[in-house]
Amino acid sequence: MKMTVEETEQMYEEPEASVAPKQLDGADVLIETLKKHQVEVVFGYPGGAVLPIYDALHKNPIRHILARHEQGAIHAAEGYARVSGKVGVVIATSGPGATNVVTGIADAMMDSIPLVVFTGQVATTVIGTDAFQEADIISITQPITKHNYQVKDVADLPRIVNEAFHIASTGRPGPVVVDIPKNMATGIFSPTDETTGEVNLPGYQPTTTPNFLQIQKAANAISTAKQPLILAGAGVLFAKASDQLVKLAEKYQIPVTNTLLGLGTIEGNHPLFIGMAGMHGTYTANMAIQTCDLLINVGARFDDRLTGNLAHFAPNAKVIHVDIDPAEIGKNVPTEIPIVADAKEALLALLEQNAPNGNTAAWLESLQINQEEYPLFYEASEEKGLLPQQVVELIHEYTNGDAVVTTDVGQHQMWAAQYYKFNHPHNWVTSGGLGTMGFGFPAAIGAQLAKPEAKVVSIVGDAGFQMTLQELSLLQEMRIPVKIVILNNQALGMVRQWQETFHGERYSHSLIPVQPDFVKLAAAYDIKGYKIETYEDAKAQLKEALASDEPVLIDCRVVQKEKVYPMVVPGTALHEMIGVKPE
Amino acid sequence: MKRIITVTVINQSGVLNRVTGLLMKRQFNIESITVGHTEQPQISKMTFVVNVEDEQKLEQLLKQLQKQVDVLKVNDITEKSIVVRELALVKVVAPPTVRAEINSIVEPFRAATIDTGKNVVTYQVTGNPEKIDAFIDLLKPYGIKDLTRTGVTAFVRETQKVHTPQLSIL
Ligand SMILES: Cc1ncc(C[n+]2csc(CCOP(=O)(O)OP(=O)(O)O)c2C)c(N)n1
Ligand SMILES: [Mg+2]
Repeated sequence: MKMTVEETEQMYEEPEASVAPKQLDGADVLIETLKKHQVEVVFGYPGGAVLPIYDALHKNPIRHILARHEQGAIHAAEGYARVSGKVGVVIATSGPGATNVVTGIADAMMDSIPLVVFTGQVATTVIGTDAFQEADIISITQPITKHNYQVKDVADLPRIVNEAFHIASTGRPGPVVVDIPKNMATGIFSPTDETTGEVNLPGYQPTTTPNFLQIQKAANAISTAKQPLILAGAGVLFAKASDQLVKLAEKYQIPVTNTLLGLGTIEGNHPLFIGMAGMHGTYTANMAIQTCDLLINVGARFDDRLTGNLAHFAPNAKVIHVDIDPAEIGKNVPTEIPIVADAKEALLALLEQNAPNGNTAAWLESLQINQEEYPLFYEASEEKGLLPQQVVELIHEYTNGDAVVTTDVGQHQMWAAQYYKFNHPHNWVTSGGLGTMGFGFPAAIGAQLAKPEAKVVSIVGDAGFQMTLQELSLLQEMRIPVKIVILNNQALGMVRQWQETFHGERYSHSLIPVQPDFVKLAAAYDIKGYKIETYEDAKAQLKEALASDEPVLIDCRVVQKEKVYPMVVPGTALHEMIGVKPE
Repeated sequence: MKRIITVTVINQSGVLNRVTGLLMKRQFNIESITVGHTEQPQISKMTFVVNVEDEQKLEQLLKQLQKQVDVLKVNDITEKSIVVRELALVKVVAPPTVRAEINSIVEPFRAATIDTGKNVVTYQVTGNPEKIDAFIDLLKPYGIKDLTRTGVTAFVRETQKVHTPQLSIL
């Protein structure tokens, strides 16, 4: 190659050229943008398509947690998001990496968990050619994301990432996927006036401020109701509005029930709390729904596991529904007073109305009678063996109700929900809408990273734990002090219960007598294990195990035949629930 | 009930997929769909004809559409004073012996002959879907060889007869 003298001179006379800042590529811009969003930790797994991103992550202050399976990474991010209130960030490679996070994305969508999931993609030049590790993750995740993007120009990257964080964390939170073709990560980013990353979303303007007229109507209804009831869901937690909720309940002396995901919005031992509602809710809570004259739903979506048979749901109630997502209002239950708003803003506005108090004394008394007559119950005896409910009660006792509790899906999940009484909000992490087995243990890892000081207990079933137990490696590697409590009934307990009740005790593929030795398994990961078989053992060893500063695994051998009660049988109404009293 | 719904969207790749995917996910039946740019190239308008069970389902549909990040505006224009148009191309068996007869049938529809062969003629007809249905019905006895319809596109008229209260999109 020939150069003119002028050109050669220029080359040598401009030393700045050699010390000029390195040109940023897409991956650098991505990491810089994550820093701007104060991302402290990302959960991920590398692979070909995300190598440039991992290169940019190398020796970067952002902490990367290398899960042992992408599903573990995304559930950990969900646990982190749930407990911290921040956006959970995930990175997975193209193809199989991306498809491995699909379950977690669907889970986050159902439970409105803010996530930003970065997936690698093959280069734009080969998209559509069935290139190595190509999967059309945009189409795959379209129905299970709040929104998704594929980056087609490096210049768009800052804007897309900013928009992804904005969409994930505002309005009704949810997962956003950003698919990054490899040549976008390696592409040189040339900053211009157009690439400042400014969010431009004319079609996305969530309503957060309540309509004043509706607030007035609601305040008036609360004031005049004789039998009002508050149903508080996870929307209260997202809005960080527990204090306002409790204040409203106390001011007007309104009893409170929770959805499964709403647990923790009010103290478990609060005199106005009547327990969880729904399929395995308390008799008192479900009867309260059926007999109340005003149902104040704050941040819950009237899910079918909550409502039972819709045709007979809350037959006497006028319904107030506060939800930030207008599409949830009137979706399942006709609503007289719709309030589209952030739960905190709505509750503050309601409190501000300062409407006169009604008299709910007789109502509260009738609920009190129900609570005494129909408490949650189990029948323990020494011959029977250790009961799962006893284990949960002991965990509650030894952690003073202050632990962060995560669960998997099944019977143990319901017992945890029924018997662990939370003192504080944001300490309850469970998979509600999707009911994802394999969620509980990795979610605990994320929760512990979000709250390093907290006692994090992961109550899991023997089967669900085996779906994501590879993440024991993370406890081993980082000494993350999660306490794994397996309520081991050697069965797909919830399936077994349904087969017993609805399928003539034909236990088709639900009993698993052959299991790994969980204590040895823990030892293989350098984690201390306990095996507990009696209530006496449980008392001593659980206490010790939970007090440890180290990760521990506790294999609790519980009675296989125990059933979760009371129960609203699918298709029936809430007041028809069975198993409300000992036989 | 049959509804005509217009959806104004940001003309992003994948947006059509999103909107039709949403309808599928929520079990709505699309009868027809047309899409095209508006006067602003970055904005497109979709016109759907959908069958919905009842008012509550309709409200769900409108709200779910509105919720999409790329959707700017959703309108149920069924009850408004509107102009509805569809275009159809119909290829009919028309040997010379009956051609004149067919032409006389076609005439009141102001259909245009856009292609002729030895034994077939292709007509183009525009109008509201009922008019097109009628046109097709009349030609059927002669033998239709090929038929394609664009689906409905629609416009709200400048002057509205009466104010029809729209469903509250909260
Ligand atoms: C991924 C997945 N597969 C299947 C199910 C269906 N399912 C719900 S509960 C359950 C049994 C869970 O067994 P285990 O983890 O031991 O918990 P247990 O009910 O015994 O407490 C099954 C199979 C599910 N929820 N998720
Ligand atoms: Mg089990």
